Amino acid sequence: MSPTVFAPWNNPDEKPLIRFKNVTKKFGEFVAIDDLSLDIYAQEFFALLGPSGCGKTTMMRMLAGFENPTSGRIELAGQDIAPVPPNKRAVNMMFQSYALFPHLSIWDNIAFGLRRDKMSKDAIEARVAEMLKLTRLEKFARRKPHQISGGQRQRVALARSLAKAPKLLLLDEPLGALDKKLRQDTQFELMDIQESTGTTFVIVTHDQEEAMTVASRVAVMDEGRVIQVATPAEIYEAPNSVYVADFIGDVNIIKASTKAIGQDQYHLNWIEGQPPLTATSALPFSEGQQAHLAIRPEKIKISTDRPEDAPNALQGKVLDIAYLGNLSTYHVELPGGQVIKAQTANTRRIARRDITWEDPVWISWSATAGVLLAQ
Amino acid sequence: MKRMTWFNVTSLTLGFAFLYLPMIILVIYSFNASKLVTVWAGFSTRWYGELLQNEAFLNAAWVTIKVAVISSSIATVLGTMAAYVLVRGGRFMGRTLFSGMIYAPLVMPEVITGLSLLLLFIGIGLDRGVLTIVLAHTTFSMCYVSVVVSSRLVSFDRSLEEAALDLGSSPWEAFRLVTLPIIAPAVISGWLLAFTLSLDDLVIASFTAGPSATTLPIKIFSAVRLGVSPEINALSTIMIAIVTVGVITASLVSKRSSLRAQEETRAAERPTT
Repeated sequence: MSPTVFAPWNNPDEKPLIRFKNVTKKFGEFVAIDDLSLDIYAQEFFALLGPSGCGKTTMMRMLAGFENPTSGRIELAGQDIAPVPPNKRAVNMMFQSYALFPHLSIWDNIAFGLRRDKMSKDAIEARVAEMLKLTRLEKFARRKPHQISGGQRQRVALARSLAKAPKLLLLDEPLGALDKKLRQDTQFELMDIQESTGTTFVIVTHDQEEAMTVASRVAVMDEGRVIQVATPAEIYEAPNSVYVADFIGDVNIIKASTKAIGQDQYHLNWIEGQPPLTATSALPFSEGQQAHLAIRPEKIKISTDRPEDAPNALQGKVLDIAYLGNLSTYHVELPGGQVIKAQTANTRRIARRDITWEDPVWISWSATAGVLLAQ
Repeated sequence: MKRMTWFNVTSLTLGFAFLYLPMIILVIYSFNASKLVTVWAGFSTRWYGELLQNEAFLNAAWVTIKVAVISSSIATVLGTMAAYVLVRGGRFMGRTLFSGMIYAPLVMPEVITGLSLLLLFIGIGLDRGVLTIVLAHTTFSMCYVSVVVSSRLVSFDRSLEEAALDLGSSPWEAFRLVTLPIIAPAVISGWLLAFTLSLDDLVIASFTAGPSATTLPIKIFSAVRLGVSPEINALSTIMIAIVTVGVITASLVSKRSSLRAQEETRAAERPTT
């Protein structure tokens, strides 16, 4: 592994900064976190991604100290943190609502945590000035939170939570309140700040694009369990389950029974009376096992003529065309009624109009384009 | 602006006349030069001067103010604490019962509150005086404070307290530095409410006051039984003034803070640069 790549999770000697060990959290009868184990390493930008109610916010609140696990252990730098109250943890949180103190100026908001540490006046002033500069808020230091814009408030919340130089910064849907354009700009700002401060960030989000953009690793969660933890590229290109494939981005799922035809090569019988599909899989599948082939729409080619030497080619009929500007998505109905989405980039300004509604078309993909999933 | 119809003007006039005419007459007659209450004999501040010479009234006034300040301050502390626990305490056994019980004294007939306090004070052998009135007034005005404060706490964003804890404050610091400054307007209007309630209470005070301490309302009530004197008019006018100032301040404080809260939430809902 080259030393320039940041991947502590691949290094068995690396000690994680945070370790969840068989953590379960129940609220009455409701199981919010179900026997969850997870390692997060220093300087990571780690994203907890999942639909609302999947337990991601509960995990964050347990790290901050507002909730304690019902059973299991959470370690921060090797120490069990359960007995440590929130005000004694080297963890700071940026709240979803920002939770800026409305009666204090921006300056005093940022200084709030530093004052609690009994820092000297000069040290506080220097640190606040540094934070204001980092978040480009120098001009607004004397204003109250209600006198600045949403984007500025978001930066105040970030500055306030970074001021104490925590080991770990928790971000609870930090960009949820911003509009799309501002959100994208802020994502890159967050990444810059994370890189320049070297702080470990754990971000909670339900926005998969956001998680993919900012994070070094993403944990996809569902019903209190982590389904997959991997880099954004792995999550996207090699999901470990239909749930992950479906949650991240757009995907076509074809159900089929498998038949091994060689080294990691399988034939998929997906419907009566059609030639089998070919796919590769490093994971073994037994003869006749039910599997799901997951293929991203952009990996499927669409053409009017039958493509030559394509391992998988199917004929269908265009049902719908979604023109998105940069891309076009074609919904193609196959014999048997299944609809497959195929995407092409509109690289030319004058679009080819050779495929339109009701046209018979061919869709094709290579043997390695899809991922074969057992569940 | 829509023009007022005759009907509206008439009903407004009638309504306000009904409410304020008696008081206006009282205020006017307090400036009457004549000793006869019902005969106007020209403008004079004579009765205000005489009032200042009247030792008994001045003593009663002093007792009243002392009782009002002390009892409303204690009631504010206790009422705020009660409100905090009831709103923030989470779900503990009998929470609904407790929050119901704290409002019960609001609807309890004053005679019953007064009588039961009297029985208690006699039972524990407490001599009736300033202390007993203070205790009695604290008891009933505390509920008002807790109603005012808890309505503010219900809309209080809990994550502000969590943020304070997260940034290293102890729970007490979080309350003192974040919660209290933000709910301060409600606490202040609670205090002012308790103060005015204590100032004009007659029934409960007359049960719990002793020969050593008499409050102004008791004094006025007993003086009136011997006949209305212009001095009483002057005294009542002063009390009306104090209560009016108290009520107006309380409503201004709460109005200003609710305006600011509105401004803050409106700003928070507009996520643009």
